[in-house]
Amino acid sequence: MALRGAIVVDNEKCKGCGVCLANCPTDTIALAKEVNSKGYNFAFMASPESCTGCTNCATVCPDSCITVYRVKI
Amino acid sequence: MDIKDIIKPENRVYGKTPLLTDNVMHYCPGCSHGTVHKLIAEVIDEMGIQEQTIGVSPVGCSVFAYNYLDIDWQQAAHGRAPALATATKRLHPEKYVFTYQGDGDLASIGTAEIMHACNRGENIVVIFINNAIYGMTGGQMAPTTLIGMKTATTPYGRDPKLHGNPLKITELIAQLDGTCFVTRQSVHNPGNVRKAKKAIRKAFENSMMDKGTSFVEIVGTCNSGWKLSPVQSNEWMVENMFPKYPLGDIKDI
Repeated sequence: MALRGAIVVDNEKCKGCGVCLANCPTDTIALAKEVNSKGYNFAFMASPESCTGCTNCATVCPDSCITVYRVKI
Repeated sequence: MDIKDIIKPENRVYGKTPLLTDNVMHYCPGCSHGTVHKLIAEVIDEMGIQEQTIGVSPVGCSVFAYNYLDIDWQQAAHGRAPALATATKRLHPEKYVFTYQGDGDLASIGTAEIMHACNRGENIVVIFINNAIYGMTGGQMAPTTLIGMKTATTPYGRDPKLHGNPLKITELIAQLDGTCFVTRQSVHNPGNVRKAKKAIRKAFENSMMDKGTSFVEIVGTCNSGWKLSPVQSNEWMVENMFPKYPLGDIKDI
């Protein structure tokens, strides 16, 4: 059984610290080239097909701005 | 499968707990305070004790903790959070009372209060964030600063002959008969975040069992004060902080 996941990042709350990137086992997340209203390069799902919904990114996110969704397929 | 089919309410597995307010935290990017606030919020939410919890916020960066956790709060003078928590718990023994303190607050100006509160065995929870620096005031040396560590007030590194030695206050507190649970955790990776959450939950449960004080130290980062990026500070912490402040339970009775 395979797992597919997806994350939704609250772009305005994200401060682009990059802790989620460092803890993503599948290198799904990257920092955007654009910035939010505070000037931070927010995190986003750069390669959505590799996300397994493991919740590592949201677990370590200091600003609680990641929501994780997961389905079994 | 399309992303839109995955992002549905029924597939949600993790997200912000409603106990955290929608305020954007004022902490620097990557600050450990945010992660620890989240853990406390999740523990309170999971235990269903939002109405019965009173926090005491310290002086330091985390003084604004009351803006982020939707529970009752008090704010103490420098280092006096354990004294205030003692009074709160004695007046309201049915409440879960915890203090949230940094190392400049707890290990320096508040040493007397924390020692005596722990020695009396007050049934409170103490969350102690140790980042080896005074974060809010601009990165000065704290009692917990490592030997050789550069700070605003030790630009050539901490010299034990001039500045004294790093204070391992958690080990000192474990010696006191009033404490029942003394542990040191960290929140730099998912595994450690989960362990830290378990420790915080256990500490909250202990506070209703009349066993004494529960003391949870979280070794954290202050990337602004350390002059490193958030990810680099986590690596620096593993390399330099953990040999001096090893993780694990020090006392559990």
